[in-house]
Amino acid sequence: MQTTLGTPTTSAVIFFLIIVALTLAVTFWAARRTRSTREFYAAGRSVSAFQNGLALAGDYMSAASFLGIAGLVALRGYDGMIYATGWLVGWPALMFLIAEPLRNLGKFTFADVVAFRLRQVPVRIAAACGGILTVLFYTIAQMVGAGNLIALMFGVRYEWAVVMVGAVMLAYVLFGGMIATTWVQIIKAVLLLVGVSLLTLLVLSRFDFSPGQMYSAVAERYGQSALEPGGLVTDPIEAISLGLALMLGLLGLPHILMRFYTVPDARAARASVLYATGFIGYFYLIIPIVGFGAAALVGREAIRGIDPGGNMAAPLVAELLGGTPFLGFIAAVAFATILAVVAGLTLAGASALSHDIFTHAIRKGAATEYEQVRVARLATVVFGAAAVGLGILFRGQNVAFMVGLAFAIACSANFPPLLLSIVWRRFNTTGAVASILTGAILSVLLIVLSPTVWVDLLGYDTAIFPLRNPAIVSMTLAFIAGISGSLLTREPSAEASFDDEKLRTYLGVGAE
Amino acid sequence: VHQSARDVLDSPEFHRLVARRWRVSLVLTACLFVLYYGYILLIATQKPFLSQRIGDATTLGIPIGAAVIVISWVLTALYVVWANRHYDSEVARLRGRLRHD
Repeated sequence: MQTTLGTPTTSAVIFFLIIVALTLAVTFWAARRTRSTREFYAAGRSVSAFQNGLALAGDYMSAASFLGIAGLVALRGYDGMIYATGWLVGWPALMFLIAEPLRNLGKFTFADVVAFRLRQVPVRIAAACGGILTVLFYTIAQMVGAGNLIALMFGVRYEWAVVMVGAVMLAYVLFGGMIATTWVQIIKAVLLLVGVSLLTLLVLSRFDFSPGQMYSAVAERYGQSALEPGGLVTDPIEAISLGLALMLGLLGLPHILMRFYTVPDARAARASVLYATGFIGYFYLIIPIVGFGAAALVGREAIRGIDPGGNMAAPLVAELLGGTPFLGFIAAVAFATILAVVAGLTLAGASALSHDIFTHAIRKGAATEYEQVRVARLATVVFGAAAVGLGILFRGQNVAFMVGLAFAIACSANFPPLLLSIVWRRFNTTGAVASILTGAILSVLLIVLSPTVWVDLLGYDTAIFPLRNPAIVSMTLAFIAGISGSLLTREPSAEASFDDEKLRTYLGVGAE
Repeated sequence: VHQSARDVLDSPEFHRLVARRWRVSLVLTACLFVLYYGYILLIATQKPFLSQRIGDATTLGIPIGAAVIVISWVLTALYVVWANRHYDSEVARLRGRLRHD
């Protein structure tokens, strides 16, 4: 089919400008409300549960899940659907295990919870490192994806695309802090849900609104195997390890956890997870329909012709069914999707640098509000510049493994100390530092030695470590390190303050 | 009667609240694990089962995959309903007993 993809059409530019203008207007409005640390990091804790549910969805649903899963389903059929389920199942686990304690115990970052009753300096530094590593790998993957996608959709140069995303995102976070970031994420979530819903309806309208007819069309063209599980999941241990990373990694993603401090209390935090799970679940239910529709209507050859990874399946089917204006809209939505996720990541990275390292590790908690907000803004610039620099540095590299790496570090270095500090009186500083270091070092090391990097990227014949995702090993060992480190040492003050922590965890007494 | 934090912490009501909260959480987490890892293991080991047709071309795997997403949300909703109905009222009662000093 003929496509205008890759040329900046009028409609694409107009939708793009509307989104940028709208979000910058929100930022201008938010900037005047962003003076204190509470406003910069946590939007003054004034976000409602429904708003936070949308913002969480906007923070989480990346371009990888929108364009990537549609493409996977289009090219690989049922296997793409398996991915979609994996991206959702972390949310119930987040709710059951940590959402409310996290809200009650923390102030701005998840490190607040881990360090609640432990020695501040070592725990803050270790937890900030785990958090920054997670956010950094996630950001690199997002920036490289952003550069490629925008170059592909609007025809601008890769470097320009990365700088553009960096500059707009930096404006949101630097001036509008969490208030602007929240609204950008809400706008993006609404646009994405509306856009994909429209696309789904348009696809189904070609099949008399019967998914069965669509599946028949796919099977007719590509064989029944497109609707059967294929080669993606064959080794049960590999599959469970990846599943653990996807599910429990969510419980250690700093930019997601940070959003819990924007709502007034634990009850609102709880409700916001339910809203978020609803929006995200709905999204992952319908996005495979877009993928199958693209395979049946556009065809796999045409999709591969534009991008071998399949990322353009959704934009192509949008153009086929809704013409150039709808393609422009979907392209602009994809752009907004990237911006909102990168803004959340930057805010999380900056808060680890400023709140955990500067305020608590360097200044031992004794910095003025004015100073803290200034350092937070400085950290935002540092992190944003690093994101742009790394995005350009990794141009043309295969960075798909970096999302897996971010989830592996999140579930191995961030989640174990978080959970142990909430539930276990004997957990102490040694245990926390041991589990964070074990989790972070092992996940990086094992991914380098895995088939993903050792064979696919470095070109060796056989991998030293057999699993593509190390979570099942690295997370288990991080828990063991946390438990044995705690049992080997005693920290009476940490054990004594567990009672205060319990009052706050379960009753919200003293929660901020 | 207002009590000190120590009394509330040591009260059987507080112990029961914490125990019940984790019992509900862990039962739901167990359901989630059975649901999701069951699905993954089914894919890894029982491909013919998931590949059987239930329509012209539609395979059984498609509604099962969708069900994993829907049931995950239902489990989340169950927790919220439980916490709103039982947990919050007990928290309010225990907080009311705390002496503010």
